[in-house]
Formats: sequence, C-alpha cells, structure tokens
Amino acid sequence: MLLRTKLYGHTFEFGSVKELLAKANEEKSGDRGAGIAADSVAERVAARLVLAEVTLETLRANPAVPYDADEVTRVIDDAVNETIFDEIRTWTVGGFREWLLADSTSGEMIRRVSNALTGEMVAAVTKLMSNLDLMLAARKLPVTAHCNNTIGLPGRLASRNQPNHPTDDVDGIRAEIYEGLSYGSGDSVIGINPSDDTVGSVARLLEMSHEVIERWEIPTQNCLLAHVTTQMEAMRRGAPVGLVFQSLAGSQKANESFGIEVGMLDEAHAMAKRHCFPTGPNYLYFETGQGTALSADAHNDADQLVMEARNYGLAKRYDPYQVNTVVGFIGPEYLYDAVQITRAGLEDHFMGKLTGISMGVDVCYTNHAVATQNDIENLAVLLTAAGANFFIGVPLGDDSMLSYQATSFHDAPSLRQLLDKRPLPEFEAWLEDLGLMRDGVLTERAGDASLFLTR
Amino acid sequence: MPRTDIEAIVEAVVAELRAGGHLSASAGDEAPLSTPSSAVSSTQAAASAPPVDPDPAVPHIDLPDPSEPEQRYAIGVDDPSDPEGLANLRAATTARITAGRTGPRPRTSSLLLFQGDHGVAQDAIYGTVEDELLERFDLFRVATVVTDQDEYLLRPDLGRRLSEEAKATIAQRCVRGPQVQIVVAAGLSAAAVNNQLAAILPVITDGLRASGVTLGTPFFIDFARVGVMNDVGEATEADAVLLLIGERPGLGVADALSAYMGWRPRPGKTDADRDLICMITDQGGTNPLEGGAYVVELLQQMLHHQASGVALRQATTGAES
Repeated sequence: MLLRTKLYGHTFEFGSVKELLAKANEEKSGDRGAGIAADSVAERVAARLVLAEVTLETLRANPAVPYDADEVTRVIDDAVNETIFDEIRTWTVGGFREWLLADSTSGEMIRRVSNALTGEMVAAVTKLMSNLDLMLAARKLPVTAHCNNTIGLPGRLASRNQPNHPTDDVDGIRAEIYEGLSYGSGDSVIGINPSDDTVGSVARLLEMSHEVIERWEIPTQNCLLAHVTTQMEAMRRGAPVGLVFQSLAGSQKANESFGIEVGMLDEAHAMAKRHCFPTGPNYLYFETGQGTALSADAHNDADQLVMEARNYGLAKRYDPYQVNTVVGFIGPEYLYDAVQITRAGLEDHFMGKLTGISMGVDVCYTNHAVATQNDIENLAVLLTAAGANFFIGVPLGDDSMLSYQATSFHDAPSLRQLLDKRPLPEFEAWLEDLGLMRDGVLTERAGDASLFLTR
Repeated sequence: MPRTDIEAIVEAVVAELRAGGHLSASAGDEAPLSTPSSAVSSTQAAASAPPVDPDPAVPHIDLPDPSEPEQRYAIGVDDPSDPEGLANLRAATTARITAGRTGPRPRTSSLLLFQGDHGVAQDAIYGTVEDELLERFDLFRVATVVTDQDEYLLRPDLGRRLSEEAKATIAQRCVRGPQVQIVVAAGLSAAAVNNQLAAILPVITDGLRASGVTLGTPFFIDFARVGVMNDVGEATEADAVLLLIGERPGLGVADALSAYMGWRPRPGKTDADRDLICMITDQGGTNPLEGGAYVVELLQQMLHHQASGVALRQATTGAES
C-alpha cells in the first residue's frame, strides 16, 4: 500500500486508508483529541489530494472496523447491492464528487448508487466537499417516508414538537405540546425525551400524547425517546406508540455502550410493525451525532465523520421514518465552536441523504461550546436551503430538561416563511382547518396555546 | 462608535441644554442615575419616573430585573382565546411558553431574556467548588490526570482516569471494599456541587446507613468525567459507586447535579452499566432531598440484584436478558 503525494515540494505519506481518511477530515476537536487529525493544514490538504485518487472498492475493502469483528460493518457491507457496486467500484472519490454535483446526474441516479455505498465511501466523498457542495448535492436527494403523514417532500419542512420537562410532569408537557402545535410544530413527531426512563413513566406520557393526537385528530405520531427496551416493554403492556426510538453509534462496541445490538433493534422493528398505531410503513426514529463512538472509546482509531456515516448505514436497515444528528449536543471536546458545528450539520445531513434515509437535524449547541443562538439560526437557514426534512422545536429554543439550546417553535414558521417551505401536507391542511395557518403563514390565532383548551 | 465620540456628543448635548436653561448643572450630572429603583413593571416605572426632562435626547430608563419570575413568566400572547386557561398552562412548566410572537419571531423581551440567560450560564461555567464545603463533609481532594480547565473541556478521555497520586491517596485514606463508595465532582458546574451537595449528601448517607449499608470514605475529584467511576471502583473495590457530578449548565439553570450509579464499576464498564438520576436542583428539577431518596432506593435495588444499568432494568422488569 502506498498513499503519498507531494505538495509545495514537501512529501506527505499516509500509513493506512483509515489514517488517510482521518487526516483528510475537516478540523474537529474530537479527532484532534483522539490523536488522529492532520498535524497541519497542508497535511490535511495533502490527505485530500491522495483521497481523491482512492477508489470506492479500496474503501469497501478497508472498513473502519473489520467485518469479522463488528456487526455494524457486517450490516452495511451485507446490504451492498453487488450489481450496482460492480459499476462503481473503480470510481475514485474525486470522480464521485464531480458525478454527484454534475447537472447531468439526477437524484434518481444517485438514489440507485446509494444502494451500493458503505459508510466509508459516504464519509470519504463528504471530506472532499465544500459547505456549498454539501448543500447543493443534498438538495438533489429528497427522501420521503410515511407514518401518519408524509415527510421529506420537496418544498416541505417539518418540526418535531419536543415538549420536554425536567421531571416529566404530565401537565407541563401537555402545555408545551399545545404551545408547539399553536406555532405549527409537531408534524414530524411529538417526541418527548423522558427524564425518568421507567416503563410506568414512559407509558404515562405515551398515553397523554396519544390522547392529544386523538382528541385533536392531528395527522402526526408520538414518540418517547427512552431506551428501546423500555419502549418495547411499554408496547408489551399495550401503550400507544407512534414511533420507536433509539440512539445509534457507528460500531458494535459503541452500541454496546448504549446497551443495544443489531438483534435487539431487529426485534424492536418487528415489534413496532405489530404494535404501532399509525399507518406506517416507517415506524422507527433514530438519533446520532459525531463523536458518539469516540466518547465511548469505541471509534477504533477512525475519525468521527466516518463513524457517523456508518450510523446512517445501520439506520437504513430499518427504513426509519426519520433520523437526526443532534449535532451540537455532544460538546466542545468533539465539535469545538460554531464553525465546526456548522460544518458537521451540513455533513451529517448530506451523508444521511446520500445514504438514503429521511434526514433532519437537531441544530443545537451547549453552553460550554463556543456558539450562540445566532450561529444555529444561521445553520438552520443553510440546512433548510439544503432540503433538510425536519428540525427540532422547543419553547424559545431552550430545552428545560436536556440543558441545551436548539431551534425553537418560532424558528420553523420563520424558516418556512423565509425560504418558501410549508409544513407536511396533511399537517398543513390540519393547521388550515383550525385556522392557525393560511397560505403557509401563521394567522392571528397562532401562538395561543389556550386554543387547545377548547375541545 | 468610538467612546470618545460618544462622550463628545453627550457633552455637546448637555452644554446645549444648559445654555437653553433646560438643565441645571447638578441635574445634568445625576439625572440618568437618580430614578428610584424598585421591582415595578416597565410601564409603571415609566409612569412614575420623575419628569426631569421631557427631551428625548436625555433618556431616562431604569428597568426592573427581567430574570425575576414576575417578568420571566409574563404572558406575551395578545388576546388569547382563554386568558385564564393560558395562565394555567403558563403555570404548568418552567419552559418558555406563552411568550407570544411578532410575525413568526419572538417578542423583544423574550429574545433579550434568552440572551441574558445564555450570558449568565457562560459566565458561570468556570466556577470552583468551595473548600469549606468539602471540609464540612470530610471530602478530601484528588484529581484525574487532567491539569487545567481547557484540557478538561477538550480531553474527556483524560477526565476518566485517576492520577497515580490520586490512586495512592485513595489507597492510603479509603476503606476498602465498602458496599457503597460515594464520590463527588464538579464536572461542568461547580455551582451544582456548591448549591445541592449540602442538601443531598446527608439524605443519601443517612438513608443508606439506616438500612445497614456500609459506606466507603467519600472524596472529591477535580477535572472528572463520569467514566472516572471505573477507576474509583477499581481503587476502592466497592460493590457500588455513586458519583454526584455537576451537569453542563442549562439556560437559567446552571446548578443541576447528576447522580450516576454503577454495580462494581471497573475499567471497560460503560454507560449501559450505569444508572442515572439527572437534573437534581431546587430550580425546577428534582429537588435534592427527593433526589437523594431516589438515589438510596436505586442503590438498594442495585445491591439486592447485584446489577446496574440495562442488566438491572432487565432484572427488575423480568425481561429476558
């Protein structure tokens, strides 16, 4: 193996495909902390020059974690469409980038090639793309899914109503649901992060959110983002579940740190199809985020972009209704500041779409990161332009349970107005029926949660 | 605008006013500061402000604190369909609801309060735990291999490893093989330890002792991450380790404590092997007295089933392992 280039008279040589991929990555504090980042900006560019000449079959042959040692690698590799892979195996990463961006390459053509990609290929081409490349290419790749409504259609932007409460107070969460609905948030899902991960507490919130959906005949679904085993137990006890949720990571070892394995997810998927109340057929919801595998010391010396891309390959196995990266949640040790968070958000959205999953983003940051609300408003605009399927909505951007800031109930209608987007079609019709929205704009009645006390 | 320009303009305006007889020399110096301060609403403040000078070039603004509950939880919705109902919804949560809108955007007051809360949280992150508090609870201080706050933020892996010095101190000072070893760390919020520890720690120690559980010698760890529990477990040979650690600050709540617990934590154990009670704070979370009681209950279950995390959940729900 020889991976070498000269740049401005200096010779740069890389010892392995994994090292090359890591050094080609955009600057991330996580990669630096892991000791795998490029030592200089010149070395980063040199790595990209070499990576641009690497073929897709070389990437398939060099997964971040060996096939025999890792079930995530096996899930992704076993799903590769061999007929299509034979057509693209000799493509270089540089050539792949140009093919993705060419006007003669349609979304349909890319969708077909997606069936032959592994996470390493998806991450590799992402490393060669600029921010605007990532937006333009993602915009070509609408991915739709259906549960009780249709997510991912061009011209649509959904919002997850995230009514978290520090102690899971039922009345408090219901009040936040009403608030979000009054702003047109909730078409992606009414998705609650419970503070208490016990079956009783989770079932109680499932009942309450389902009752709101039924009473107001809302074309949406509910979800309790507890551990998947807790949700499975709730289903066994007959609780009304719309979407089944789990956080994913990009290696078997990292998933073990979440207490999950592929067999367990398979079982959850099968159970969802038997128990979930909505129409379907897409019943799963996953969250991911760069740095997750590293934080569990389970990255196997691969960079955080590669590990993130592998999440999407794993997610695809379950035809999820939606997936989002929680991009700025993990903290400055992985994504230091607004520049890195912005880059990661654009990368993750593009990689999800290229993999072929219904991709949204929790555009967010924590108080110890070098970022402000202005920065995530910027990123939300970029991602809306890139065609992101959904964002998170929390009251005025402040999640009172998870202690981080995300996009707000106000942001979804603002972004829709700014870039000519509408809520999901079934949900928009519902908003119009209630008199909360007209021609894509909130009416005078909107923003008044007490409207939902009248039925 | 450069400061000198502003000063020049102010001087010129004041001089002009004096020349026109609108302002006495002393009033000109004191007027902007002399309004009586009180926690009245801004409209009341405006109404009661002494009309020193109606000239708009001399602003007279003296605001109540918008972070106080009265203003923080003020309803900003114009003409709600059910005002009383909306007030009840407002009272049901500390989340920022019923604040209203202008177009699709937040009102000015909620935008600025958010910015204030974020600013305060950012300013509070780099606090320290008071020595007095540690002395009061007989907590001696050790550290991980991290050497400063920047390294702590950027290298979580180092925050999971006790320093050799720490291991030696623990070997020297701690009871070996207790049923429960309690350790405390600032994590990302020293304020959490400063504000909650005194309330939660006695509840936990009294509760465990009352049920006959043997406790290790407690200590405090500087620059620690949750994963340091594994090293603590190894160093003390405890059956269960409880780590009380400051959470990363939220907006307006910068002092929440988390309680992480694990059955026989040893190197290699992960979050899946741990149990957690989070958001312990008297500012709208689980109050520390209640949180302490939960901790005792969970630790008792853990000791009974000799398991924690996913394994404990499976043991208590009877699900297949």
